[in-house]
Amino acid sequence: MTEKRSFDPQPSYLSSTGKHKGLMGWLTSTDHKRIGLMYMYAMMVFFLVGMILGELMRLELFFPGQQYYGPQTYNAFFTLHGIIMIFTIVIPGLAAVFGNFSMPLMIGARDVAFPRLNLFSFYLYILGAIIALSSQFMGGGPPDTGWTFYAPYSIQTHTNVVAAVMGAFVLGFSSILTGLNFIVTMHRLRAPGMTFFKMPLFPWSLYATAWIQVLATPIVGITLLMVVAERTLRIGFFDPSLGGDPVLYQHLFWIYSHPAVYIMILPAMGAITEIIPTFAQRRVFGYKAIALSSLAIAGVGYFVWAHHMYTSGLSVTARWVFSLLTFLVAVPSAIKVFNWVTTMYKGSISLKPPFVFALGFIFLFMIGGLTGLVLGSLATNIHVHDTAFVVAHFHYIVFGGVGFAFFAALHYWYPKMYGRMYNFKRANISFAFLFTGFNLLYFPQFVIGIMGMPRRYFDYLPQFTLGHQLSTIGGAILGIGVIIMLVNLFSKKGEKAPDNPWGGKTLEWTIASPPPVENFDIMPEMKEDQTPYDYE
Amino acid sequence: MDHIEEHRDDEGAKLGMWVFIFTEILLFGGLFLVYAVMRASYSDDFHKAAHHLNAFIGTINTLVLLLSSMTVAMSITAVQKKNKKLAIILIFVTLICAGIFLLNKYFEWGHKFHIGLYPGSDMMITLKHGTVLFFSLYFLMTGLHMFHLIVGAVILTIAMIKIKSGAINSEKFVLLENGGLYWHLVDLIWIFLFPLLYLIT
Repeated sequence: MTEKRSFDPQPSYLSSTGKHKGLMGWLTSTDHKRIGLMYMYAMMVFFLVGMILGELMRLELFFPGQQYYGPQTYNAFFTLHGIIMIFTIVIPGLAAVFGNFSMPLMIGARDVAFPRLNLFSFYLYILGAIIALSSQFMGGGPPDTGWTFYAPYSIQTHTNVVAAVMGAFVLGFSSILTGLNFIVTMHRLRAPGMTFFKMPLFPWSLYATAWIQVLATPIVGITLLMVVAERTLRIGFFDPSLGGDPVLYQHLFWIYSHPAVYIMILPAMGAITEIIPTFAQRRVFGYKAIALSSLAIAGVGYFVWAHHMYTSGLSVTARWVFSLLTFLVAVPSAIKVFNWVTTMYKGSISLKPPFVFALGFIFLFMIGGLTGLVLGSLATNIHVHDTAFVVAHFHYIVFGGVGFAFFAALHYWYPKMYGRMYNFKRANISFAFLFTGFNLLYFPQFVIGIMGMPRRYFDYLPQFTLGHQLSTIGGAILGIGVIIMLVNLFSKKGEKAPDNPWGGKTLEWTIASPPPVENFDIMPEMKEDQTPYDYE
Repeated sequence: MDHIEEHRDDEGAKLGMWVFIFTEILLFGGLFLVYAVMRASYSDDFHKAAHHLNAFIGTINTLVLLLSSMTVAMSITAVQKKNKKLAIILIFVTLICAGIFLLNKYFEWGHKFHIGLYPGSDMMITLKHGTVLFFSLYFLMTGLHMFHLIVGAVILTIAMIKIKSGAINSEKFVLLENGGLYWHLVDLIWIFLFPLLYLIT
C-alpha cells in the first residue's frame, strides 16, 4: 500500500517522537533501528569485558610459570572469555545489530514483522548476559569448564556452572526469537516487486542464518537443561556410573555449536557482499550463486559437527564421513570468495575504510578457512587437536572473519545510522593497528600449536616462550587498534552525512541519513527489470 | 492528514507461530534423540521399567488431550460462526481437559515419589543403569511436556477472555488460531511420548 506523509521533513529516529522521551524512549522502543543500536551498545560493553579477559590471559602467558595469578583463575578467565565472546558477541553478531538496523530498510519495510517480539528478544539478551555474568560472583565460584561445558567435568565441578548454562539458555531463546522474526519479515514484508531473487544479499544471508537460529538453537537449549538436570537431579545421561555417556554430551553440544558458527559467519559474509559491490561500483558477480551458497552452507553445516570430536573414540567410518562432509561445506564458502574477487574485476575501486576492512576480512577469513581444512582432515587433526593451532584457526575465522566484517559493516552503515561521517585517515590507522596486532597475536599460535603447545593451558614449556611473547605483543597492538577505532567513531561528531555517501544501490541509501522513524515516505517498489545492484 | 495505519498481517502471524512450533519440536527432539540412544543400549531394562507406568492412566490422558484438541478446533469454528457463547464453553472444556491431565500427572508422579522412584533418590542409585535412565527420561520428558501444557492452557485462557471482551471475533481470530495450533503441538508431543514411555512393555 503506498501513501505519502504530508508533513516534511520527517523527524529522524534518533530524536524523541514517541510516548516516552530520552532514555525511556530508547528502552521501550520497538523501532528496529533503535533496537539495533541498543544491541550494539550492549555488545560494545560486553566486548570490552571479553577483550580485557583476553588481554589478562596474554599477560600471564608472556613468561612461562606463574606471574600474576594462578591456574584456577586462568581457567575461569578463558571460560568467561569464551562465554561472552561466543554467546553475547558473535552469535548475535551482525544479525542483531545490522540485521535489525539495515535489513528492513534494504527490503523496503517499515519495521520487522513482530516489533514487540524484537524488543523482547533484546531484553532476553540482556537478561541472559546478566545471568551468565552472575555466575562469576555466586555459588561455588566462576565456572572453569571452558565455554563448551564438557561432561563429566561440568557435572562434577563445584563452580557455578548452572548460572552460566542458564544464561546461555536465555541467550539462546533471544537468538531463536530474532531468527523467527527475521524469517517472517523477509517472507511477508518485502517491497512490491522485490521477489526473493531480487532481495539484496545481506538480507539473503540473514535469511539463511535465521533458519539455523531457529532449528539448531533448541538442541543446545535442551542440552543445557540436561546439564542442569544432571547437576541438580542426577539424571545420569552423561554419567557412566549411572549408565550415561559423556560423549553423548559432546554430540548434542556440537550438533548446535557447529551450525552456530554459520550463524556467526553468514551475516558477516552478507555484509561483505554489500560492501564490495558498492566500493567497486559493480554488480555482484554470481548473485544466485551467493544466495544459494548461503543456504548450502546453512544446510551442509548441520552434518559436520563431529569434526570437533575426532579424538573422542568415534568409529573410523564416522570419522571419514564427517571429514568428507567438512571438506564439502568448505566449497560454498570458497565460492563466495571467488565471487567477491570477481565482483571487483574491472570495477572502479574506491579504497575507503569499509572496503579496507572488507579486504582485511577476505585475507583473514581465507587463512582461517584454509587452516580449517587442516583441522578437518583426519590425520593432521590428531596432531593439532586441542593445541594452540585450533585457537588460532577459530580466532582467524571468528575474529578475523566475523569481527573484521563487523568493523567493516560499522564503517559502512555508520553514516546512515548517525547522519555523520567519520575521519577516514584515523579509520585507516585503526585498521593498520588492528590488522597488524591481529596477525601478530594469532599467527604465532599456529606455529606453537604445531610444535605441541596445548590450548587452555596456564603454563607451558620454555620452547614456546618466543611464540607467546610475540602473541602478547600482538594483543597489545590489537587492543590499541580497538581503542583508536572506537575513539574515531564515537568521540566527537563528524561532518553531516549525505543520504548516499558511498554510491550504494540498495534501498537504505535512497532515504535520509539518519532515516526517519518510519523509514520510507513513499513505500518503494521494484520494477520488472530492476536488480538490487544496478551499477552502470 | 496523518492517518494511523494499523499493520495487521494474519498470514505473517500464523507463519511466525509455525516457525515457533518447529523450534519446540526440535527442543523435544533432543530428548527423543537421547531416548533413542539410551533405549538402544538398554532395551531390556527399558522394557521392564515401563511396567512401572500405568498404561491405563496414560490412555485416559491421551484420550483427554485428543478431546481437548477437538474442542479447541471447534471453538475456532464457533468464533467464525459468531457463536461467542459456544466458543467460550468449548475453550472451557479444553481447559477442564488440561486440568484432568494435570490431576492424573499429579497422582502418577506423587506415587513415584512415594515409592522412591525419582531421579537422585537413594533407591534410584541402586537400580540398574537402564532403569535409572528410563525414569530420568520419563520425568524430564513428561515434566517438560507438562510445562508446555500449562503454557498452552494460559494462552487459551487469555484467548477465552478476549473472546468474551470481543477482541477475538469472527473478523479477527488469528490469536485463537495460533493458540489452538500451540495446543495441537502439546497434544502431538504427548501422542509420541505415550507409546514410547508407556507402551514398550
